[in-house]
Amino acid sequence: MGGTPADMAIPVDWYLYLSAALFIVGAAGMLIRRNLFIVLFSLELMLNAVNINLVGFSRFHENLAGQNFVLFVMAIAAAEAAVGLAIATALFRNRQTLMVDLFDRMKG
Amino acid sequence: MGSYIWLIPVLPLVAFIITLIFGKWWIKDSAHWLPVLAMAGSFGLSLAAFIQIRGSAEPVVVELWRWFSVGSFQVPFSLQMDQLSSVMCLVVSGISLLIFIYSKGYMHGDTGYYRFFAYMSLFGFSMLLLVLAGNYLLLYLGWEAVGLCSYYLIGYFYHKPEAAAAGKKAFIVNRVGDFGFGLGVMLIFVTFGTLDYVGVFQQVGVGGIGEGALLAIALLLFMGAMGKSAQFPLHVWLPDAMEGPTPVSALIHAATMVTAGVYLVARSAVIFASVPTALLVVGIIGTFTAIFAAVIGICQKDIKKVLAYSTVSQLGYMFMALGVGAWAIAIFHLMTHAFFKALLFLGAGSVIHSLGGEQDMDKMGGLRKRIPATYYTLVAGALALSGIFPFAGFWSKDDILGSVWRDGQYLFWAVGLIAAFITAFYTFRMIFMTFFGKPRMDEETGEHIHESPWSMIVPLIVLALGALLAGFLGLPGKLGVLQSFLEPVFGSANHILGIHEHSLAATDYVLMVVSVIVAMLGIVLAWFMYVKRTDLPALAGRRLQPVYRVVYNKFYVDEFYAATVVRLTVDGSRWVWRNFDEKIIDGAVHGTAWLWQRAGQVARPVQSGRVQNYLLGMFIGLFVVVTVVVFL
Repeated sequence: MGGTPADMAIPVDWYLYLSAALFIVGAAGMLIRRNLFIVLFSLELMLNAVNINLVGFSRFHENLAGQNFVLFVMAIAAAEAAVGLAIATALFRNRQTLMVDLFDRMKG
Repeated sequence: MGSYIWLIPVLPLVAFIITLIFGKWWIKDSAHWLPVLAMAGSFGLSLAAFIQIRGSAEPVVVELWRWFSVGSFQVPFSLQMDQLSSVMCLVVSGISLLIFIYSKGYMHGDTGYYRFFAYMSLFGFSMLLLVLAGNYLLLYLGWEAVGLCSYYLIGYFYHKPEAAAAGKKAFIVNRVGDFGFGLGVMLIFVTFGTLDYVGVFQQVGVGGIGEGALLAIALLLFMGAMGKSAQFPLHVWLPDAMEGPTPVSALIHAATMVTAGVYLVARSAVIFASVPTALLVVGIIGTFTAIFAAVIGICQKDIKKVLAYSTVSQLGYMFMALGVGAWAIAIFHLMTHAFFKALLFLGAGSVIHSLGGEQDMDKMGGLRKRIPATYYTLVAGALALSGIFPFAGFWSKDDILGSVWRDGQYLFWAVGLIAAFITAFYTFRMIFMTFFGKPRMDEETGEHIHESPWSMIVPLIVLALGALLAGFLGLPGKLGVLQSFLEPVFGSANHILGIHEHSLAATDYVLMVVSVIVAMLGIVLAWFMYVKRTDLPALAGRRLQPVYRVVYNKFYVDEFYAATVVRLTVDGSRWVWRNFDEKIIDGAVHGTAWLWQRAGQVARPVQSGRVQNYLLGMFIGLFVVVTVVVFL
């Protein structure tokens, strides 16, 4: 990688705007959507928003640590997706639905 | 001597521990061997100490270890052997030994045989510790321990409700006295900065201690003595204590434990001698108790109750002697009383044993020929109690009346003389009702009358010899061996009071003759009423019915306590239960529970069970945190 922040084709702010937009979309999806799959997808969106952030700053600071983290996050996200989908399968077998607002048995 | 005196109390303690642990499964019916041997060992060692301490001016104090060491509060676990302790040790271990042997026969076949001997050994340990203690705190320990043994042994037949209740009563009434005693011990420490006898008495002897503090100490100690030695108004527990087995009554409630109060006052002679007011209180309480209990004794039907009231009355005599500063004579009477009262109780036990457990004198009579050994020994005890020359009681009671007279307390003397008359009367009323006249028991009991086994008769004979001969140790005036033996202990107290040895004068002989005549009159009256004209007691009872009823009901002291102290305590406790315990304590507990239940109700909706709600909360929280961190 080369170049100074001044040479950059795309300024770092843009990455941040994109990242923030993706994060907000993901957060809104998690809070609002009822379908468990969509909720999980929204979670992936949020994770990737963070990844964009990390990559952007990594480039901005010319430091590879950020990109290393991205690889970790991807690995964890894959694992998390596997677990989440397994839970979703188990839930569906039990309740014949995947609408998260119906899962309220822990109500106090 | 310092090397072995610790063994005197420890031997019975070892016997207690072994008997208690192995008694039930292993030792069983031979449970008497170990306690008897241990007590014989203690007696032997007491005898050795007695011989060695003779004439020694200073007490031998052995500090076994430091018991309490908190700042200036230093209390050693120390034993003190002096003339007074050695006499008490001999009396306690000697009488205990005889009564242990007697118990082998008396308690034979009882289901709790090992338990009986275990507790008796524990009592022996506690009592010997009490008399050997070298400071007031250790004395207090022994004092409480004998009270505990007394409780155990009164309630020995615990399946009998009366016995269990009597044990509790003894314990609780003693608490009243011990409360005073405990305060007294604290006050001694506050005043003198030490609890050791030697240190305390030295400071009292030097002087400079406030009169008020000394008076308070003396009265508080005497309060303890009143409880333990059953002096009016704390005498109520002793007659009830007769629910225990007869050897217990003989050992604990006649010969040894109840004399602990007398020992305490005699031990603290220097303190009492310094405050004449306290001495006067001791004398008044003692004298009043002497006649009060004697009067009650007249109307008792239970043979053991007669002896119980007699014990209370005789203890009153001892306090009367202490009240005029006749310390050695009080101890002398304590010793002779231990002999003849133990004898009377054991004799009564033998009578009860021969009748298969009957204690009511209305159902006895005519036993003279049936159980002669018991009869003769019991008569020896009765003569000693009545104060007939030359039995032990004559010398000691006469010494008491003589010293009261010399002190100028003529009222005490007169009351004591009347009490002596009543004593002779009720004692021989008991003898005549038991051994003379027609048999009044039912036929089946009558057929089974049998003389007691040798293990019971031998102690009776030994004690009868003691009742006959012990008096010669304390001949009046300068002849008294015991008085001069005890002189090193009581010397400083006598010095404070200005009491000197006196030679026998004509008045002494007159007083002796008077008291013997009075005692003889009492016996003759008893003979007349209970042998010659057996219709007289019933007649007198009818004629003097109001008086008789009051005396028969023991002056309603128990009823008075039931209506006042007990009632107040029970009602007060109930009030506290209803108002404090239930409302405040329970209210606080329930209130706390209610508060958190309500708080839970309020906070409950937060837990909706929906993951997304929680997530919203997390986002809001995150938003707030980030906002605060970034913008503030």
